[in-house]
Amino acid sequence: MTWTRKHLLDIESLTAEEITTILDTSRAFKEVGERPIKKVPALRGKTVVNLFIEPSTRTRVSFELAAHRLTADIINFTAEASSLRKGETLKDTAQTLEALNADMIIIRHGASGAPHFLARFLGASVINAGDGAHEHPTQALLDVFTIREHFNHIANLKVTIVGDILYSRVARSNIWALLKLGAQVTLCGPSTLVPKEFERLGCHLTHDLTEAIAEADVINLLRIQHERQNRTSFPNLGEYIRFFGLTKERLDQAKPEALIMHPGPINRGVEIDSQVADCDQSVILEQVTHGLAVRMAVLFLINGGKRPPGSFNLEK
Amino acid sequence: MGSAIEILDANAIDRALTRIAHEIAERNPKGQELVVIGIHQGGVPLARRLARLLRGIYGQDIPFGTIDVGMHRDDLDQRISPNMHPTDIPFNLNTKTVILVDDVIFSGRTIRAALDALNDFGRPKTIQLAVMVDRGHRELPIKPDFIGRTVETRFEDRVEVELHDDGRKDTVSLIRS
Repeated sequence: MTWTRKHLLDIESLTAEEITTILDTSRAFKEVGERPIKKVPALRGKTVVNLFIEPSTRTRVSFELAAHRLTADIINFTAEASSLRKGETLKDTAQTLEALNADMIIIRHGASGAPHFLARFLGASVINAGDGAHEHPTQALLDVFTIREHFNHIANLKVTIVGDILYSRVARSNIWALLKLGAQVTLCGPSTLVPKEFERLGCHLTHDLTEAIAEADVINLLRIQHERQNRTSFPNLGEYIRFFGLTKERLDQAKPEALIMHPGPINRGVEIDSQVADCDQSVILEQVTHGLAVRMAVLFLINGGKRPPGSFNLEK
Repeated sequence: MGSAIEILDANAIDRALTRIAHEIAERNPKGQELVVIGIHQGGVPLARRLARLLRGIYGQDIPFGTIDVGMHRDDLDQRISPNMHPTDIPFNLNTKTVILVDDVIFSGRTIRAALDALNDFGRPKTIQLAVMVDRGHRELPIKPDFIGRTVETRFEDRVEVELHDDGRKDTVSLIRS
């Protein structure tokens, strides 16, 4: 399978084969991270821009290190220090960055569809690093990669996603990736945050955490996103914890080999107990390591996706 | 689709590999320093067999590794990104004699990329190159040390090496375009 896309805008439009290509490529880049010399010259001379209109540390740093390890030059452009504060439009900002001959623009934006908007007029490749409540493709890819590294497959695994589904781009991207690869997805949370519409995608919905995790191979806990909720969706945090916080006692009801995942940053004592976050089943830090490998793979593949197939000669 | 001509059959491949193994042993009397590294994809099954033969000749273990050169290619700007495989070199290369193995040598660019990639794993004492087929048309000053068969080809031809571990017939064929 070869990758021919110029952009990575979402998971929804990818095929299962394309997702698998990214995962296979990520394995090769995971190995690079384990070497004494963790740098390869694949993107030498390329310029990558981190255009982060919405604050983020971990995703930005992960992309930054990924670019460095591929020998690309990367510059950070964040909302706090940007000309957007001075009234410049997103389009003008992006075109300014392109005038600096940027080859790839990684964008994080509070508005759903911002990366798609840029991709329509930019010559550079666009990578979605999270757009509003829409998608966060590289997070889903690193989650799926982590699952595959543990089980060697995705098909038929039972994956439960717990928490704020409605406002979560992580949930949306994960749902697309998991369903395309043949997993069974269960969503769990307060009814206000787990809308019925998700059943139409083929997910199983429940509001009972014990039921949701009983058969799960993977339990992915999401952070309550205060910043994306314009009204309170549950009475108070205490009540959320009582019904949906993953405690050691609740985890004891699940399969002993079930993986505990969380995209971070974790709220200890809210969606996840400290004991659970630090237990042997938790792969939260592994997800961070895998995020780097997956982002290297994405940058590497996107770099080759600019030209139509057949415009090159393979050796031999 | 062009016509395929068989250049080497399973027996000829076997004999060529055995001869290469003995040539390697002759050139490198001390087996302790020897490691074998195959280049993905075609070089890997070949290298695995070569390492097995060398273990028999030296009567000791010969470390075996694999390397993917995709991240070090010089044409990443002009092509769709190559399919990648994890590199697996679970040993240090410092002061080692590396037998680098590929199935076919053509332009020499894959070998250049491999030499570059190997740099990140230490400083070998020497690197020697073994290939099953040298089909000419070199674009870089690179020359194999051990060759199974030298084959006259046209630039547009392809050479395919098929090695199977499951008992199917091994073959090397020239495909005329």
